[in-house]
Amino acid sequence: MFKKLFLNSLIANFFFTNKIFAAESGGMPQLDPEFWISQIFWLVLTFGVLYIVLSKLILPKISANLELRKSQIQENIEAAEKQRESSEAKLIEFDGIILKSKIEAKNIFKDAREKVIKNINSKKEILDKQIDDEIKKAEIEIDTLRQSAPEKINKIAVVTSTEILKKLIGAEVNNSSISAIVDDLVKKNRDKYYGH
Amino acid sequence: MAANPMTQFEVYRIGPEIKVGAFDISFTNASLFMVISSLAILIIFNLGSKKNSILPNKIQLLAELSYSFVSKMISDTAGSKAKPYFSFIFSLFMFVLFCNMFGMIPYTFTVTSHIIVTFILAAFIFIGVTIIGFIKHGFGYLKLFVPSGVPIVLLPLIVVIEIISYLSRPISLSVRLFANMMAGHTMMKVFGGFVVSLGIVGGWLPLSFSVALTGLEILVAFLQAYVFAILTCIYLNDALNLHH
Repeated sequence: MFKKLFLNSLIANFFFTNKIFAAESGGMPQLDPEFWISQIFWLVLTFGVLYIVLSKLILPKISANLELRKSQIQENIEAAEKQRESSEAKLIEFDGIILKSKIEAKNIFKDAREKVIKNINSKKEILDKQIDDEIKKAEIEIDTLRQSAPEKINKIAVVTSTEILKKLIGAEVNNSSISAIVDDLVKKNRDKYYGH
Repeated sequence: MAANPMTQFEVYRIGPEIKVGAFDISFTNASLFMVISSLAILIIFNLGSKKNSILPNKIQLLAELSYSFVSKMISDTAGSKAKPYFSFIFSLFMFVLFCNMFGMIPYTFTVTSHIIVTFILAAFIFIGVTIIGFIKHGFGYLKLFVPSGVPIVLLPLIVVIEIISYLSRPISLSVRLFANMMAGHTMMKVFGGFVVSLGIVGGWLPLSFSVALTGLEILVAFLQAYVFAILTCIYLNDALNLHH
């Protein structure tokens, strides 16, 4: 009995919600089913249009834009990487060239130095020889001069002695006796007079 | 506006009454704001996708950031298999977000504060996800209700709980959004009413509350749209990648 009444009231509630909530002025307008169908209709319409336009027209464009930008940036990065690699290779090549030329320069310097040293040495030898020859010549000259010097000096001594004696005594003195004295003195004191 | 905080949720006809058979599909203020939100989304994203420059301008940046935000959200929660449903989830997120945000402008109507709107969206998602699940896994989709590693004794109970929780998904999804929007807007209206009734002397406290609540409601408007979208992704994930 009560059960039936309760069920009946439930069914009545379900069918007449409109009237029940309309009577209650302070209730929630959300539960008023008057515009439910309208809201469902317009929701499906607007959301459907939104979904179709977004999925068919707009989102593919945004996705393409993003992909394009990504690939462009990737390409740029790759190009930059390539350029960096080539510049690195060039740098290595450049270093090699510098190293090679440095070695070459060193070799050239060494060769030049050796040549110059050789040249100097040969010239020095020649000069040494010349100097030696000159010295030898001079020595021989000096020797001959030295050899001949005593005789000349003796002669000078004899002449001067006769002249001095002539002046002192006023008489001629025999040349031969003076020269004998000189010779004698020379013989005695040769080392003293002409010693080295 | 009336002092009743629920007046703001009233739906009224704009223009003539349109009837198709027994159904009243008149253009209402709710319809108006659905149209405005959709148009705003379409205009913004159309402008944002028109030109493609390496350095994007502001509106293009906005469109592309939204795109990658939703795309990341989907791939994080539902994996790469959910890619075909990207457009739907994107539209859903944007629609709910824009409806919420337009509702934050004074004297506007909040479409998502009506249970019927959120319920239709949630029911569509629920039915769609269930169909996808059965198409992908056949009757194996029912394994969703039988978690692995559960003792045999507890299994009947767990299965019942799982079935109930699965069936309550559309209700929880729709009520969450609807209740959040309705509660927030009602509260703002109530505090606004206090400002008027307490006047210049005592009205400052509710006014400051009202300002703070506006900020909070803007956050909630975004958060609820996000939650709605991410829960859709999670349901989709259950249907696409059967883990149990």
